[in-house]
Amino acid sequence: MTMLSSPHPQPRPAWQWTAAVVVGAVLWWLLYRQLPALSQALVGLLPVAPDSHLGAALAFFFYDVPKVMMLLALIVFAMGVVRSFFSPEQTRALLAGRREGVANVMAAGLGVLTPFCSCSAVPLFIGFVSAGVPLGVTFSFLIAAPMVNEVALILLIGLVGWQVAAVYLGFGLGIAIVAGWVIGRLHLEGWLQDWVRDIHSGAATPGTVEGTALSWPERYRRGLDALCEIFAKVWLWILLGIGMGAAIHGYVPQSLLERIMGADAWWSVPAAVVLGVPMYTNAAGVIPIVEALLGKGAALGTVLAFMMSVIALSLPEMIILRQVLTTRLIAVFIGVVTAGILGVGFLFNALF
Amino acid sequence: MKDVKIYGPGCKRCETTAEMMRAAAAELGIEATVEKVTDMAAIARAGVMSTPGISVDGKLVHAGGLPDPAKLAGWLQD
Repeated sequence: MTMLSSPHPQPRPAWQWTAAVVVGAVLWWLLYRQLPALSQALVGLLPVAPDSHLGAALAFFFYDVPKVMMLLALIVFAMGVVRSFFSPEQTRALLAGRREGVANVMAAGLGVLTPFCSCSAVPLFIGFVSAGVPLGVTFSFLIAAPMVNEVALILLIGLVGWQVAAVYLGFGLGIAIVAGWVIGRLHLEGWLQDWVRDIHSGAATPGTVEGTALSWPERYRRGLDALCEIFAKVWLWILLGIGMGAAIHGYVPQSLLERIMGADAWWSVPAAVVLGVPMYTNAAGVIPIVEALLGKGAALGTVLAFMMSVIALSLPEMIILRQVLTTRLIAVFIGVVTAGILGVGFLFNALF
Repeated sequence: MKDVKIYGPGCKRCETTAEMMRAAAAELGIEATVEKVTDMAAIARAGVMSTPGISVDGKLVHAGGLPDPAKLAGWLQD
């Protein structure tokens, strides 16, 4: 990846940016292909027998850390560029006044693509609802945005396999669509905080920024910004997560996990959700644990339920949303999403 | 006298944005009051959906993410 970040008085021409991005991508690919050899060489230098517990754990750690970091860099940059084509304002315009159903599907998809930071959850929520986006559709957006996370998706492809990643994508969107639709059916508009309803009833027509089309260098810039920001946020979690994964990989015996988290133990799915909801880490920290659990014989549905509950339902987000939603509405929100996650967990354990 | 408002709940980027606007105004020799608006209702009423948002003399000029440093002068000078 390129590391040009000093602000330049003369903006570079677009072709230079494009060239830098292409060169960066080629270097990335060359390095990525050499990773297995590099990590083996590295572990070989250490005074540890490769077939010991410690050796297995170290090999896992030294292969997975650079692999995950590289995949993350690529995807976060690419998503940053893709997201520069979307904005909350455009998304709102697309969703406003639409009928529930189709709009829930659109909202879930746009939730993945629209740039969104959880610190803007409240203004975004109000912006949507006050412009006539139905409450349930707004929820589909708010559930999909953290649930279908590009970091999680790519790490799943890289560490576990594209089949599991596709399943996660499909069911993540599914839960967002269905949960939002259910909340819409319940007609809970009265359970918003009072001041939100006042804005809702048309007290203010929000102005918007006139959009100017971005140039390609500006879009690349967004990608680089996203890269720096996400890396600063998740690198420690990835190290911790992969460290945990390595420990499980090298030390925890297979039969133990099969008994606790295997498909035969029906209670493992609710237990995973109960365990996952209060846990708050970003997707990047959870995935290595997921990989190690799956590798040791934990059931797919149980692990997916655990992962979804960690990522999609977080206490800090609930506290932020408490400013606009009454406690009752938050309880319904958590209840509906949890039910969806439980459903996915049981379905998977039954099918596979 | 320019009236600049920075809309945001008080995250790091909102602080940085306020600092950028103050520095830009000082550099251009434009008198400006830079005020931070952290109240959620006020942010929402201003029509800001992604923070930080910037308004100059009541007109919203930017929303979402750090502003492009090259654009600050234009906003302050209009």
